[in-house]
Amino acid sequence: MQVRYSLALAALFGAPAFAAGLTVNIEVPRLTVAEYHRPYVAAWIERADQSVATTLAVWYDIKNKGNAEGEGTKWLKDMRQWWRRTGRELQMPVDGVSSATRPAGKHQISFNEGSVGLPKLAPGAYKLYVEAAREVGGREILNIPFEWPPKSAAQPQAAGSSELGEVKLELKP
Amino acid sequence: MKLALRAAALTLALCAAAAAVHAHNVWLLPSSTVLSKGDWITVDAAVSNDLFFFNHNPLALDNLVVTAPDGSAIKAENVHKGKLRSVFDLNLAQPGTYRVAVLNGGVFARWKDKATGQQKRARGTPENIASQIPPDAQEVEVTQSAGRIETFITVGKPSKLPPSGQGLELVATTHPTDLVKGEKASFVLQIDGQPAKDLEVTVTPGNTRYRDKMDEITAKTDAKGQFSVTWPQAGMYWLEASTKDSKTSVPQAKERRLSYAATLEVMP
Repeated sequence: MQVRYSLALAALFGAPAFAAGLTVNIEVPRLTVAEYHRPYVAAWIERADQSVATTLAVWYDIKNKGNAEGEGTKWLKDMRQWWRRTGRELQMPVDGVSSATRPAGKHQISFNEGSVGLPKLAPGAYKLYVEAAREVGGREILNIPFEWPPKSAAQPQAAGSSELGEVKLELKP
Repeated sequence: MKLALRAAALTLALCAAAAAVHAHNVWLLPSSTVLSKGDWITVDAAVSNDLFFFNHNPLALDNLVVTAPDGSAIKAENVHKGKLRSVFDLNLAQPGTYRVAVLNGGVFARWKDKATGQQKRARGTPENIASQIPPDAQEVEVTQSAGRIETFITVGKPSKLPPSGQGLELVATTHPTDLVKGEKASFVLQIDGQPAKDLEVTVTPGNTRYRDKMDEITAKTDAKGQFSVTWPQAGMYWLEASTKDSKTSVPQAKERRLSYAATLEVMP
């Protein structure tokens, strides 16, 4: 009985297994500075008309000292472009999207189409944006244009020069 | 004696001319214009030639009006008037856009004293100006003025800024806390809620102390009162326009002087 239910559930939610997906690789560079704070990072997808299709991830200071939104909401605006395009429309935290800041190193986040971070996208031209802002540091924003749905597996990338290292988008048809 | 009198008259005339030409800039300078959560901000308010350096006079805050996104008025706290600037704090708790405005209205009178022939001046309100002018005064000139000095701060998502419909004011097409370097912003100027046509608008970037030219951007409003500005760089800007008309609310006044100034922040 239970098996049958899980089979039914698998049939219902199994679709993403066959759906297109993408993986975003974000490198937070190691910086030799006197005062280091982990950067705030936002990754999102814009349509050709600059409207936002989805926010994939927001890494910020979510420590919760009696503040349901997280301690770091004060500085979310420093990811200026993300804030203006979509951040200010969101109520933080966003389940499955926002999480804590990450240390220097390479990080990977994967999405199947139809998941929380990556709803179904209409076929067309898109841009992946990754924006990083660091307390007592700088700000950097990179973008990678891509077509959706991907026709073949591809790995376009962009290289940051200050607040971001290598950003790579892996497209799975 | 005659010479001295003439010199005095000349000095007076020169002073009047100088006052007309070298009107100082009046401005508000908020510590932030974009916040991602409710927070305190502080605002400097001053009268000076340099933008935005407080090196001349403090701005009087008697007519400060702070309007919250829901239309209610909020109180300025820790109000301080120094020798060179005024300061106040605002607790911005609601999401949306706050309008911080100093509204200056007044009536100025000038006349010649009948007995001595000397020039006399007085300033007052529409209600009390008549009582300040002696009944036997000669060559009486009465002018009304209405000025608005503003800035805007947004917590979270920008909200609408309903115009007051009174005096000269800026009506946002592009939201005033949504200005970005390289992008074009459009605004409308209105007088008493009607389009202010063919009006010259001056937009000056801050930090004037550190450059040789003012680098002003000038624009002219069209028949609908519209104008636009493309921001050459990020920073604080001072937008200014002034005009005059004859729509006075004081019977003695023939002329109404209208002025508007706003401090706007442009993001990189």
